[in-house]
Amino acid sequence: MGKRILTVDDSASVRQMVNFTLSGAGFDVLEATDGSDALAKVQGQAVDLVLTDLNMPNMNGIELIRALRAEGDTRLTPIVMLTTESQADKKQEGKEAGATGWIVKPFKPEQLLAVVNKLL
Amino acid sequence: MELNSEALEQGRKIFQEEATEKLSELEEALMTLEESPGESEPIDQAFRALHTIKGSGSMFGFDRVSGFAHQVETVFDQVRDGDIAVSPELIQASLLAHDLIRDLLSADQGGSPVDPARVEELLGRFSAISGAAGEPDAPAAPRVTETEPGETHELRRYAIRFEPDRKIMANGTKIAPLLREMMSLGSGQLEAQTDSLPLLEAMQPEDCYLWWKTELQADCDANEIRDVFIFVEDDCKLDLEELGPVIEAETPQATQPSSPLSDEAAQPTTAQKAPPSPAQPAPQAVPQPPQTAPSHKLEAAANIKVGSEKLDQLVDLVGELVTAQARLTELAAREADPEMLTLSEEIERLTGELRDTAMNMRMVAIGSTFNRFKRLVRDLSAKLDQKAQLTTEGGETELDKSMIDRLADPLVHIIRNSLDHGIEPPEQREREGKPAVGQVHLSARHAAGSVLISIRDDGRGLDAEKLRKKAESRGLIPPGSELTPRELYGLIFHPGFSTKEQVTNLSGRGVGMDVVKRSVEALRGAVEIDSQPGKGTEITLRLPLTLAIIDGLLVRLDGAPYVLPLSSIEECVELSRNEIEASRGRNVAMVRGEIVPYVHLRQALKLHHDLPPIQHAVVAEVEGRRIGFVVDEVIGGHQTVIKSLGRYFDHLKNVSGATVLGDGSVALILDLNRLVQGAELSAAGRNLEGEA
Repeated sequence: MGKRILTVDDSASVRQMVNFTLSGAGFDVLEATDGSDALAKVQGQAVDLVLTDLNMPNMNGIELIRALRAEGDTRLTPIVMLTTESQADKKQEGKEAGATGWIVKPFKPEQLLAVVNKLL
Repeated sequence: MELNSEALEQGRKIFQEEATEKLSELEEALMTLEESPGESEPIDQAFRALHTIKGSGSMFGFDRVSGFAHQVETVFDQVRDGDIAVSPELIQASLLAHDLIRDLLSADQGGSPVDPARVEELLGRFSAISGAAGEPDAPAAPRVTETEPGETHELRRYAIRFEPDRKIMANGTKIAPLLREMMSLGSGQLEAQTDSLPLLEAMQPEDCYLWWKTELQADCDANEIRDVFIFVEDDCKLDLEELGPVIEAETPQATQPSSPLSDEAAQPTTAQKAPPSPAQPAPQAVPQPPQTAPSHKLEAAANIKVGSEKLDQLVDLVGELVTAQARLTELAAREADPEMLTLSEEIERLTGELRDTAMNMRMVAIGSTFNRFKRLVRDLSAKLDQKAQLTTEGGETELDKSMIDRLADPLVHIIRNSLDHGIEPPEQREREGKPAVGQVHLSARHAAGSVLISIRDDGRGLDAEKLRKKAESRGLIPPGSELTPRELYGLIFHPGFSTKEQVTNLSGRGVGMDVVKRSVEALRGAVEIDSQPGKGTEITLRLPLTLAIIDGLLVRLDGAPYVLPLSSIEECVELSRNEIEASRGRNVAMVRGEIVPYVHLRQALKLHHDLPPIQHAVVAEVEGRRIGFVVDEVIGGHQTVIKSLGRYFDHLKNVSGATVLGDGSVALILDLNRLVQGAELSAAGRNLEGEA
């Protein structure tokens, strides 16, 4: 398929799982450890979807979403937030910041694929 | 698609590593919080660590860990919101929680199982703490974005009308995938409605002017269809009406949209525009807590984690390269070819830089190891019923990583020893005019090619007389021997030596200190001890900066090459045979006005052949003293890649390894500390028997 997905999460295990799931489905996966890393990566390459955790040090997910929406290249790129049950208000905030969708942690691989297919 | 078992295994391993790191961060945050309960940064740190453990844990099947972490995380969430205050009870319970999570993780890897009662008890403590702030919420079942498997298998018909808001694409939404997903649920014809399309000049490329309708035959229920639009429910009008069941005669393969789909259809019972978001873009969105992330956190993003095996491989290769380069240099010198000489110089320069860079990569600040000990001291002093505090200095001092790993245990033992034997109970201290809280001070610094790590306590110090009596009674020293207090203190490193009648749980049977010494020496380091009775004791570890490659001084003894570690060396002087005889076996020389004792390496290494008329003494700093080592000839500097001689030669005390020289021959690397000790012991022996 050749579509490129950027996954942003400070947890190595989440990134590994996402990477494995998505590359298994034919996507090209980039990883970033936090918001600033993510912004650096999208400068370098075009990305078709961004998957980001909300709770990260340095730049958190909401700030990243805003920053992505402010950038020319990523203004209309689908962005998926990784949230947890207890963060209902974050979902709203994320939407207002410009997120396209969300997925709740913990999630199973097939749930991740379902969401991605909804947006790409 | 489930994660296959290989991915799951790998994921579990990564999670274990990650969780261990997060636990470290949690502990650090808790210790900081204990010292400064007013700070908000450690609370956030603790929360994030627990949050990650909870989230990742559940993804890889670590349900107990995740569930427990969730409970503690909830409490910290309440602390963040100010609903619960930071209290000693909270810190203590959280530290126990840290231990519990660690034990749960280790149980998963085959360690001893964790008693469920322990979990219950700790949960109870947390409920007591969160008390009035409400029940911690139980982790709910994950929100499923795919619907429950449809209960019905009969085919139903739905009239669907999907009208996106004009600006729907602004947040990255793509319409095509949604329509595709919807149509994949069943069968039907999708029709785009173009009545809202403006003229071309008025068209905004990012606006959506189309809407769609369809009659879908599917065996799913209405919710499954709604789920397709779950992300956009606020940004569109979705009308969904279930029509009567499919009747054979009415199979609508028609191209004409059938009547129920007229725009003014009878109010579909299930139609609804998703209610406008209940929280209208609330101007008071949750304000972000002022994040003044300390600068070291920003650095973390610029680092890459590299497995230490890879680093070891790299260092090995660099070592081999250095050896080959030395041979090249020698060859170039012999060939005396100018071009080759230039080239070999260039390669020597590059190799040197490469070596330094590679060595540098393995260097890690010792600070994190130091921090672990704060917790140790805190817990131990509580157990021992005395008050002691650990202070540290020089945490940014860097050492080779493998060295830090191997130092942890000896350091723990030394600290335990201080607490157990050194620091007195608070009442006794106060009687002596000391502060009730004992101080253990850990410091690290670089000094002339070595790293000095010192552990100093302000306890009762060592009793030289007591040590002497004990050593004499054990036959370790001959009675009446003249040993300086420092030498007596050094006796505690002897195996089986312990002056405490009572063996305590913590330090064991005096087995510890000699193991400490051996561990440090295995790292080519040395241990020194100094003490002032009543005031305290200081143990100093002197370690080389790196284990693998050192700069050495090549010397010749009895025709064979040997290498002395260059870092300790200060100068070389000539010693004529007359001078040596004049000192009459006392083995001292005058070097620029100062008396320098020296060690005859030929004697020490048992090379008794004719002495050359002129010998040289290489003056080096060993264990804080200047000592000369007498050699036949000094050849020059040599970058030494240390190769171990292997198990069979372990017993050779004076030799710490070997290296391959440029011409392919092998030179032994001498252990200066050992040589000095050996010489001292035999000198003591000789002194007693009269002059040799």
